[in-house]
Amino acid sequence: MNFETTIGLEVHVELKTHSKIFSPSPVEFGDTPNANTNVIDWGYPGVLPTTNKGVVHDGIMAGLALHAQIEPTPHFDRKNYFYPDNPKAYQITQSETPIAHDGWVEIEVDGQKKKIGIAEMHIEEDAGKNTHEAEHSFVDLNRQGTPLIEIVSKPDIASADEAYAYLEQLRQIIQFTGISDVKMEEGSMRVDTNISIRPVGQKEYGTKVEMKNINSFTYVKKSLQYEEQRQQREIMSGGRIQQETRRFDETTGKTELMRVKEGSDDYRYFPEPDLPVLTISQDWIDQIQKELPKPPAERRKDYVNELGITDYDAMVITQTKEMSDFFDEMVQAGADAKLAANYLQGDVNAYLNDNQVDLQNTKITPDHLATMIKLISDGTISSKMAKKVFKAITKGEEPKKFVEEKGMIQLSDPAKLQPIVDDVVAANPQSVEDFHNGKDRAIGFLVGQIMKQTHGKANPQVINKMLKESMSK
Amino acid sequence: MTEKISEDQVKHVAELAKLKIDDTQLPYFTTQLDQIIGLFETLSEVDTDGVEPTSSVSDQVNVMREDVAENWHQQKALLENAPDTQDGYIRVPTIIDESGENE
Repeated sequence: MNFETTIGLEVHVELKTHSKIFSPSPVEFGDTPNANTNVIDWGYPGVLPTTNKGVVHDGIMAGLALHAQIEPTPHFDRKNYFYPDNPKAYQITQSETPIAHDGWVEIEVDGQKKKIGIAEMHIEEDAGKNTHEAEHSFVDLNRQGTPLIEIVSKPDIASADEAYAYLEQLRQIIQFTGISDVKMEEGSMRVDTNISIRPVGQKEYGTKVEMKNINSFTYVKKSLQYEEQRQQREIMSGGRIQQETRRFDETTGKTELMRVKEGSDDYRYFPEPDLPVLTISQDWIDQIQKELPKPPAERRKDYVNELGITDYDAMVITQTKEMSDFFDEMVQAGADAKLAANYLQGDVNAYLNDNQVDLQNTKITPDHLATMIKLISDGTISSKMAKKVFKAITKGEEPKKFVEEKGMIQLSDPAKLQPIVDDVVAANPQSVEDFHNGKDRAIGFLVGQIMKQTHGKANPQVINKMLKESMSK
Repeated sequence: MTEKISEDQVKHVAELAKLKIDDTQLPYFTTQLDQIIGLFETLSEVDTDGVEPTSSVSDQVNVMREDVAENWHQQKALLENAPDTQDGYIRVPTIIDESGENE
């Protein structure tokens, strides 16, 4: 029996607003527990929420970036549940009128392009954080009220690879809008998955299994791959899939049962009476559309078509908006695009990884890096010397000044090099003879001699050429 | 006997609201809720054809706050009001996760 897989993803993205969605408390991380809370966040009797305009703005922006339709008159709904991380006993979210619906994300897997539909996106509040110890649990409400966007895909995803590609594209698109850091490891992007399988040709979907809060894209992929196989084995051996929530065990690479779902959840949604309905004017939408930075896919196209760099280079550079903007500025400053791309994904990325830091938080500037690349391009320094210059750039030093001060300028001037070339040729008749007898290695020896005399500053390409000319006379 | 709501439904609603109702009280609450639902059904006599659904009875629209952070410095007072605290946290009985939400 052949099966086909149906996957749907729910992605929560934490917004980088200054204040919470329904109260003016600051959105900050790492503060002492409950420092960023007020009576509204604690759900005190008599308090009233007020909608943060910035959150609605960001919701519209995400909707536009995902090619979705913006809901002109959205309202909020209450989702009722009891849990200590939410003192109101309900979450303010959107159920009837999500801020945006019917968008798409284009993915590419094995050279095949495919559009994955977005069913809807809504804006809502995050809950607080619980920590558990043997005797007690502890509640910190700092995160309570942090704005979230939940992005719900259509069940268009047919494999674990497609799920991975979708998440990667979604992360980039949101990252480029600047509304969120979208970092899985920091919890500003969270993924829940639904997966079911059915025999090819069957109309109805199979029973779906849910997996929550898997903490990396790779684990999402692995858990889906495992689950696909497990469900097939189950059905092939005559069993059936039950509606359940499973957990992915990172050490074994297997999924395991958390709990069986009995009946559907009963959250008793109803329209939030404490918040007025919103109206989103076309003017506002148009204005946000104008603010929207150029999306990663368009940038990649331009990089390949207009700047002539490879698809792979373009892909690496568009991992983050900061990297892409940095590249644009380097090219603007006159750096060769190919060299700029090489440095960004080579030395720069290595530096960022080694120091676990984001590009925007370093002292490296596009201007400095572009200057260094120009010094390489015009032969002032060798790419070997550039290693030292790069180090100086990471400390915020101006490369031209650094090169001059350290006397690193490469000797490329034939007038200055000619006497040295002549001396070396005169002093090594054997090598000259070897050269005439077709021994290529001889020239290498002579280059080495000149390098020694110039303390490594001679431009190897220039002296190579000069040596050949001199000995061919 | 009632028609609009069953004892099972009342039991379910009570559970969702975390209310303890024992079986001897069920007929009482079921009859009462049935009457309340009956009262509300009067509303369905109104002809609402062609009327847009209303999600808010307030005539205010688009009341929004600019995204400016303000710390009201209520941490201390709020924690003093909490039944039990430790190191700035609200201390609660060990949570056994029932909902699977927000873990």
